[in-house]
Amino acid sequence: MAHSEQEILAGLGEIIDEIAGVPADQVSPEKSFVDDLDIDSLSMVEIAVAAQDKFGVEIPDDQLKDLKTVQDVITFIQK
Amino acid sequence: MSTREVVVTGLGATTPLGGDVATTWSALLEGRSGITSLPEEWHDSLPVHFGGVAAVDPAEKLERHRLRRLDRTQQFSLVAAREAWADAGAPEVDPLRLGVVVSSGIGGILTILNQYDIFREQGWKRVSPFTVPMLMPNSPAAAVALEFTARAGAHVPVSACASSAEAIGDAIEMIRSGRADVVIAGGTEAAIHPLNIASFASMRALSTRNDDPQAASRPFDVDRDGFVMGEGAGIVILESAEHAAARGARVYAVAAGSGYTCDAHDIVQPDPVGAGAARAISAAITDAGLSPDDIVHVNAHATSTPAGDVAETVAIRSALGDSVADRVAVTSTKSMTGHLLGGAGAVESIASVLSLYNGVVPATRNLREIDPGVVVDIVRDKPRELAPGDAAAVNNSFGFGGHNIALVFRRP
Repeated sequence: MAHSEQEILAGLGEIIDEIAGVPADQVSPEKSFVDDLDIDSLSMVEIAVAAQDKFGVEIPDDQLKDLKTVQDVITFIQK
Repeated sequence: MSTREVVVTGLGATTPLGGDVATTWSALLEGRSGITSLPEEWHDSLPVHFGGVAAVDPAEKLERHRLRRLDRTQQFSLVAAREAWADAGAPEVDPLRLGVVVSSGIGGILTILNQYDIFREQGWKRVSPFTVPMLMPNSPAAAVALEFTARAGAHVPVSACASSAEAIGDAIEMIRSGRADVVIAGGTEAAIHPLNIASFASMRALSTRNDDPQAASRPFDVDRDGFVMGEGAGIVILESAEHAAARGARVYAVAAGSGYTCDAHDIVQPDPVGAGAARAISAAITDAGLSPDDIVHVNAHATSTPAGDVAETVAIRSALGDSVADRVAVTSTKSMTGHLLGGAGAVESIASVLSLYNGVVPATRNLREIDPGVVVDIVRDKPRELAPGDAAAVNNSFGFGGHNIALVFRRP
């Protein structure tokens, strides 16, 4: 099942708000998780598990570390 | 004495009586009970149906996304530390001169139990990546150090139900020795869960007065049948007297001394004559540079267990001598809060400090017929006023393992 970029962005916004307390309207594609959204590595693990539930796409650990920005995650999920 | 004087400049607490110090203190003076019914679905499997649940849930005071990565012990400690810090006037202090000593008796046991449930039901990937930093016994101290950028050191003495008294004692030493100018000190506990109720009940340590929960915690009463498990935290801001004076801080009391001993008698039973407790009280008074004559009030550990309460009064009489023991105002605030385990010593230190500061000692609730073995004067029925002038109070805290911690506070 394919998701549109907008759907994924909105879904990630909800997840990041819930897990990291970053308001969804601040979650835009160019934002870096570490540098812009102040999200640490343990929170990234939680976000990856939540994204898997929401979009049905597993993000393996060895690829999670390469997902630096919100756009990176969107692209990965769309792939 | 050549050591630096240490003063109490801020107080914070979240208890079964209230979400802050002011509500807790006024409830203590009114003689209210903080004991309520535990969830209905637990009742069938447990012999105890009540406990001292925190009056204000930390979810009301902390940001939602932080709750999920903080064990309930950490949540309580942050709520109480924020209150204490604000109460002290948010002192400006070099992070390298700010310390933390915050204990819990059991640690993050709710996290352990909850995550184990998730592991069994959903598998390892659903176990929170924050499980380890939530369950560590040092998690509350670390969370407080992070919140206030305290870099002088963060310490966690663990001595069961004496833990947070030991934390305050260690904090006094941290300032005296020159390692810090300001220390955030105290303790927290959050262990109300069916397994933990079962564990204490299995020892026959808990009251089973299910027909009248608010009368269940009855220290010194002849009909007492065990303690009531509570939860919450108490935090004090301790500061060197020079640092407090330089910024014009309000001083509640001098944190004058501490005494630590171990019974080495039994892993859980108290020494029946309270010899170790008496040595701790004497050591604390000596450490404070005082004599028993200076003591006007004792906030007793007295948890409402058959053995402990009487032994403690024997210890108090032995340490203070007959003439002081005949007049000293002894109370057990656990009659209202229940037993906060690792949070008890700090919450009761706050009560001791406020008794000196406000000149009034809360009465022990539920005291109808005093145990004939009790050999000191218990404040009962209504609060008792303390005379103005120089005076000091002792706070006793004892823990499974035979740990005895006495703290002495005096008026500045």
